[in-house]
Amino acid sequence: MAAPNDRPRPVLQTALVDAGFAGLVTFGLSFPLLAYRTEQDMQNQLVVEPRWSLSLVAVVAIFCARLLAGLIQDWRARALAIPGALVAVYGGRLALVADPATGAGVACVGLALLAIAFPLDARLRHAPAQVARSEAPDRGGLFAIGGLVALFLFPFIMLAWLGPAGSLKWINNFGVQILIYVMLGWGLNIVVGLAGLLDLGYVAFYAVGAYSYALLSTTFGLSFWICLPLAGLLAAFWGVILGFPVLRLRGDYLAIVTMAFGEIIRIVLINWTDFSNGYAGISSIPRVTFFGVPFTANDDGFATLFGLEFTPIHRTIFLYFLILCLALLTNAVTLRLRRLPIGRAWEALREDEIACRSLGVNTVNTKLTAFALGAMFGGFAGAFFAVRQNFVSPESFTFIESATILAIVVLGGMGSQIGVALAAVAMIGGTEILRELDFLKQIFGESFDPAQYRMLIFGLAMVVMMIWKPRGLISSRAPSIFLKHKRSVAGSMVREGHG
Amino acid sequence: MSRWLSDPLLTVEGLTMRFGGLTAVSDFHMSVGRGEITALIGPNGAGKTTVFNCITGFYKPTQGRLALARDGAVSGADLDALTRSGRRFDRADRLFLLERMADHEIAARARVARTFQNIRLFTGMTVLENLIVAQHNALMRASGMTLFGLLNTSGYQRAEGEAVARAVRWLERINLIERADDPAGSLPYGDQRRLEIARAMCVDPVLLCLDEPAAGLNPRESAQLTELLRSIRDDDGVSVLLIEHDMSVVMQVSDHVVVLDYGRKIADGAPQAVREDPKVIAAYLGVDDEAEVIEAESEIARMAGETP
Amino acid sequence: MENFLQQLINGMTLGSIYGLIAIGYTMVFGIIGMVNFAHGDVFMLSAFIALLVFLILTQVLGIAYLPLAFLIVLVVAMAFTGLWNWAIERVAYRPLRGSFRLAPLISAIGMSILLSNFVQVAQGPRNKTVPPMFTDLIHVTDGPLSVTLSYKQILIMAVTAALLLGFWFLVQKTALGRAQRACAQDRKMAALLGVDVDRTISLTFVIGAALAAVAGVLYMLYYGVVNFSDGFTPGVKAFTAAVLGGIGSLPGAVIGGLLIGLIETFWAAYFSADYKDVAAFSVLAVTLVFMPSGLLGRPEVEKV
Repeated sequence: MAAPNDRPRPVLQTALVDAGFAGLVTFGLSFPLLAYRTEQDMQNQLVVEPRWSLSLVAVVAIFCARLLAGLIQDWRARALAIPGALVAVYGGRLALVADPATGAGVACVGLALLAIAFPLDARLRHAPAQVARSEAPDRGGLFAIGGLVALFLFPFIMLAWLGPAGSLKWINNFGVQILIYVMLGWGLNIVVGLAGLLDLGYVAFYAVGAYSYALLSTTFGLSFWICLPLAGLLAAFWGVILGFPVLRLRGDYLAIVTMAFGEIIRIVLINWTDFSNGYAGISSIPRVTFFGVPFTANDDGFATLFGLEFTPIHRTIFLYFLILCLALLTNAVTLRLRRLPIGRAWEALREDEIACRSLGVNTVNTKLTAFALGAMFGGFAGAFFAVRQNFVSPESFTFIESATILAIVVLGGMGSQIGVALAAVAMIGGTEILRELDFLKQIFGESFDPAQYRMLIFGLAMVVMMIWKPRGLISSRAPSIFLKHKRSVAGSMVREGHG
Repeated sequence: MSRWLSDPLLTVEGLTMRFGGLTAVSDFHMSVGRGEITALIGPNGAGKTTVFNCITGFYKPTQGRLALARDGAVSGADLDALTRSGRRFDRADRLFLLERMADHEIAARARVARTFQNIRLFTGMTVLENLIVAQHNALMRASGMTLFGLLNTSGYQRAEGEAVARAVRWLERINLIERADDPAGSLPYGDQRRLEIARAMCVDPVLLCLDEPAAGLNPRESAQLTELLRSIRDDDGVSVLLIEHDMSVVMQVSDHVVVLDYGRKIADGAPQAVREDPKVIAAYLGVDDEAEVIEAESEIARMAGETP
Repeated sequence: MENFLQQLINGMTLGSIYGLIAIGYTMVFGIIGMVNFAHGDVFMLSAFIALLVFLILTQVLGIAYLPLAFLIVLVVAMAFTGLWNWAIERVAYRPLRGSFRLAPLISAIGMSILLSNFVQVAQGPRNKTVPPMFTDLIHVTDGPLSVTLSYKQILIMAVTAALLLGFWFLVQKTALGRAQRACAQDRKMAALLGVDVDRTISLTFVIGAALAAVAGVLYMLYYGVVNFSDGFTPGVKAFTAAVLGGIGSLPGAVIGGLLIGLIETFWAAYFSADYKDVAAFSVLAVTLVFMPSGLLGRPEVEKV
């Protein structure tokens, strides 16, 4: 709070006081959870061990971060300085506790970042404010085509660059994995972003799709290409069944009821073992075929047919293109629907439900179509998931999945297709990259396991990104029809719906 | 015989609305003449908006019959037959019992459109989009419940073109054609009021219900509004029911005035007659607060002075 | 019959825990209209704080008298969990106040993930088992009705009742309670009338966390095991309880909590333990469809 005197307090003093307070709070927060650790001893009894140095590190780190945030105004310089300070503190601790040489090295890296940040801040602060860009020519179409070409070439580039073995990880863990979430995000975007209905149980439809394929293929021997539309239809059917009674509920209640449905479906899948085989899940689900041609080393396999040398990467690349096409289909349908009366009614519903009813829009039907369509795309994605893993179990359909997909939609900017795709790349790609940070072990020592911090950083990123951009990456809205000029609507005008 | 009695479009009989223990409207009767502008006036809290919400289906009335004869006068026997049948409208789509219908059905089928006291535009959608959404049901049919629309058939394209043309006509009438591609939320207040009326008119109604359309308008905008209302009555042949506090607007445009006080009707007739009704004057004067009395007196003096 | 009474007591015990957590949800929702998703994990955090403080007291400080240790654990856990929730509100929710409505929800979900993984990293992923406490049983044998009560259960219900009374007094009779109710009604107006809204909201989070901490201590005591992932399910159940009771209503939260506890226990006892969560959630869905404002919530008249 600002002091009542006329002169503002000096920056350094304010920053120090704030940082001191933050440090004190951190000390309190760290008291039992960081400062002590429980371990099981020989007799299987819990014993508590003090670990005050860690608590001290946390206090120093938060103190430094808060101090720097107080001293440095430009966010780019902050983004450099604060990690720098944290690295320096970590290095300092490492030098004192374990390994003086590497610790000192790490600390130096951190200090170097800090040293760059201060002059950078001074320069950026005095730089003239950027003039708002005048209306740039619309290059969205060009970008879209460029992006599409890049997406189609991606597996081949990786293959040529890293070879079959090296590229597998990139095509599978990054390409396919991200595209699944892009598709799920686009599906949920219809419900949350366009129609403004808060659905916290979207994973239920993903599960319906996955189990549809798993059960239909293992029980009746139906092929993937028959099961895919069936999975979508079944998911849409469940969307209608679940949606009908609850869609007249107010926003937050809708959220909790959809979440409850998501949990109910998961619990049923766990416990109804005759049907779903419970926790053990369904394994040896038939793998995907190239329109009937299996990806095997046999004579009738894909490789032999096309005169290629057999490698498992063929299947992965095929899966990549399959999910790419499914995602693009979702996108195309959504974009087309936005320009149709039903899509406009969804957006109008998000803006003002009462006004919609006064104009003769049947809001229950409109909501149901959004719910069912979103569910259908979730079902498609689920069927794809099952054919990719050849294994499904209830573990894959927890609430955290629903939360992740919702976070992708909100972070992308509700209603924005490209925003959702970018958010999926950031969130899923980001967490996948955290698996790849083994080189950090060389810097921070063997005991440092970045994978352990994966979900911790994921949660932190959700908080930070929301505070940074509460309306999402792309908050402006493109109108669905225009008379003379296509001007996007500023995010501050757009309402987020009642639910 | 007055139009609202000889050829009523809407007949409200015995309307009662209770919220818990509170009776907002009790045993209210009125009718809206075909092709007329009817004003519903009364002090704050008299229950005017409640009547409106019952007519447009946002509230389910506790009791009462609200009959809309869309295409011409209907005999009492027909009305009673429909009432007894338990159905919501007759087979020929001429007679509607609004108290039995859902709000969106009233707008879509009985063709009663409305505006709101606190403007409810789709602020994040453009002016043009607002008017297109108002034509939702017609466009839904043209898009074959989305199927033809997905295929982008020529029939659907034609229907969309017509919808845009209708929207453009209305934008020209309310002088907002230049702002067609701007978000509705960026318009000034008076323009938003006019846009909301145009949006309601795009539903293609037979009865337009306006909840305080002149609230917050300056004198010039009020005059424009009066013009617009007359034009809607005379050029489009749409009957209008409005709630209004601005007596100059009421006295200038209405053919028929109904006065409501404490949920009961206290006067009903031509503007001239209502203005001189002692009960109405008492309702406006019969307030305890000194300042309000003076305000009411000056308002009556003003409305006497402004109407010829 | 005796089974019925036994289950009634078990259900009330569980329901007390849910009710205590539910108050945190309902208070925060009442005052800032936000579903504080991280509240379940704040509860889990409090159980860990309680566990650690208990171990520190018994092993490091050597306090052997159990009731004293329990009392200290309760107070310390309430204080430190309150501090945690204060900091969470300050860092993750306050910057988003008055912004896009879904932003705080996503931030809260992020916080929930962050908290459970923080505890996992700081304390390890394994179950933490505490030595059983207050295990003496009382057999109420009275003719045909024989019911067994453990000291634990008596303690849980007594502590819950006492704290709820105190809390009720706080909300109904003090200036803080008035400020809280004023903010829940109309935050802007309250600010204009000189209520320090920021402070009131902060205190709401602190109180909600303190009650969750009581639930955390009791949970640790009752089950004797805590795990970093223990926040989610009780959190969801408590939220369900808050909605069932009518979100925004404090007595509703307690009644909703008791109901969910009873439904779950009876369902597990008479039908199937596997589907007890399904029963709780189904009751929620059915209630909301037919009684959208919950049991004690104010019915919302749609403003047109």
